[in-house]
Amino acid sequence: MRIGAAPRAFRNRWYATRVTCCRCLSTLVLAEHEGGSIKASSLSAVEAAKFVAKHNSVSLLLAGSGPSLKQAAAHAASSHPSISQVLLAESDQFAYPLAEPWAKLVHLVQQKGSYSHIIAGSGSFGKNVLSRAAALLDVSPITDVIEISGSNLFVRPIYAGNALSTVRYTGSDPCMLTIRSTSFPLGAVSDSVSNDALIEKVDLSTLSEDDSLGKSRYISLSSQDTELPDLGNARIVVTGGRALKSAENFKMIEKLAEKLGAAVGATRAAVDAGFVPNELQVGQTGKIVAPELYMAFGVSGAIQHIAGMRDSKVIVAVNKDADAPIFQVADYGLVGDLFEIIPELLEKLPEKK
Amino acid sequence: MKILVAIKRVIDYAVKIRVKPDKSGVETSNVKMSMNPFCEIALEEALRLKESGRASEVVAVSIGPAQCAETLRTGLAMGADRAIHVEYPGTLYPLSVAKILRAIVDAEKPGLVILGKQAIDDDCNQTGQMIAGLLKWPQGTFASKVVLDEENKVATVDREVDGGLETLCLDLPAVITTDLRLNQPRYATLPNIMKAKSKVIKKVTPQDLNVQIRSDLEVVQVTEPPKRKAGVILSSVDELIDKLKNEAHVI
Repeated sequence: MRIGAAPRAFRNRWYATRVTCCRCLSTLVLAEHEGGSIKASSLSAVEAAKFVAKHNSVSLLLAGSGPSLKQAAAHAASSHPSISQVLLAESDQFAYPLAEPWAKLVHLVQQKGSYSHIIAGSGSFGKNVLSRAAALLDVSPITDVIEISGSNLFVRPIYAGNALSTVRYTGSDPCMLTIRSTSFPLGAVSDSVSNDALIEKVDLSTLSEDDSLGKSRYISLSSQDTELPDLGNARIVVTGGRALKSAENFKMIEKLAEKLGAAVGATRAAVDAGFVPNELQVGQTGKIVAPELYMAFGVSGAIQHIAGMRDSKVIVAVNKDADAPIFQVADYGLVGDLFEIIPELLEKLPEKK
Repeated sequence: MKILVAIKRVIDYAVKIRVKPDKSGVETSNVKMSMNPFCEIALEEALRLKESGRASEVVAVSIGPAQCAETLRTGLAMGADRAIHVEYPGTLYPLSVAKILRAIVDAEKPGLVILGKQAIDDDCNQTGQMIAGLLKWPQGTFASKVVLDEENKVATVDREVDGGLETLCLDLPAVITTDLRLNQPRYATLPNIMKAKSKVIKKVTPQDLNVQIRSDLEVVQVTEPPKRKAGVILSSVDELIDKLKNEAHVI
């Protein structure tokens, strides 16, 4: 029925029923795993599910093949009190997380489970997969959500985070979201976590009937080998901009990061110039970070970079130019030459505990 | 092979946007509009593929109000062969855009659809993935390199992902969305701007394409993000370390 056509009293009753409900809310979380454990961003998606409804049963969907998948499933089952079920899709088709088989898998699982919500983290996996799955399910997804106010009201950043859009989902199930993990941090892990969730295998027999699968093949992944913490989860991030002038000089940033136990970040300009690989880029179209401490050296503060780090708790900026826009967001600024300031910091900073 | 490029008209990336006082949206009147930077990169890639002999025709398509024709004219000036303007004055969400583009793909039968990975206004990053899903085509999103092998009808795509650079091989036809480092778009030269005046922009409506626009989303309000407290400029490294340790308690 068209809600707008009903008289007000009826509408109010209808909304009340919808909220107090016999309509069970249930969430499917699309999870990533690595080395036998669930990735932190996927656990943030589970955390986000709590905001959809207090009583929300969460099923975690995992796909892959081999022993690391089984390990990840075991980890998932006891990783978060909200998870009541772990669904396992085991097949060589999922050896690498390609969008085509994953979207088909989500379609399959949704048809069987009729979830009210489907959530994924808004990293490159979630962004790649969820929208394709939403098209198969004929619903509009809402991506990069930073706040959830109930089962169908969401806030998301637009214009590089310079405005926030509050969006209401008015469609049918499932309501599909990707969430920004920095906005849904995991709470303190309580020792009373407990009840292991049930692990169930997904019946994939109908999956191979789809002729769209097999048209995309994974070839390789090249990533940086580093001991430093992951940029997405680090407590401290040290970022360098183009003012570092060379990949060799950028090593100063790495040294400072090492001293602080921090992750290394970079601006688009620094990545474009070849100082560091793309996965270190912080910004509107790179990684979004919200560490406790963000230190930016030789970063001018373009709108698109700020978009990626504006939610950091404390921002420090070092730049030769006193008018650089970065100083408008920094809590503490130093106007000076980073080639003198970084060595001085390296000398004077306390060793990390 | 024909390449279809979808382009969007957005507020220019350098403009400092203002939220309307009534919270209904962002101020767009009297504001500079441009082709979405990721769409420029998409068009540039299509043009390079044509210039290297791997494609025969580049068709640009844009969906929106009358002013989209200006953006399409810029695309034609960059080198697109012809353009299609799907005229629709209202708000469109990616699912509707994807359905319209699917209808165009069904009519035009391109071998490749290239789009920007996201528009810098709504920052959705959804449309390319949705078209690929509707068409059941493989997708190469966030592409930083595309190599087309027309003999074997495959595209090898390097993608910028969280973990680094992933390489995929896709059977054509496929959908590719472009990331920043794929290429540096060209400026339209004056001779090409003149030539573009005589290139065709075909106008159609969603009804002509048998696409029904229905929306399952509603924007309730648009607000400014919380402002940060003003910071201080310090005078020495010693002072900085002291503040970080004793005031902010982060080290």
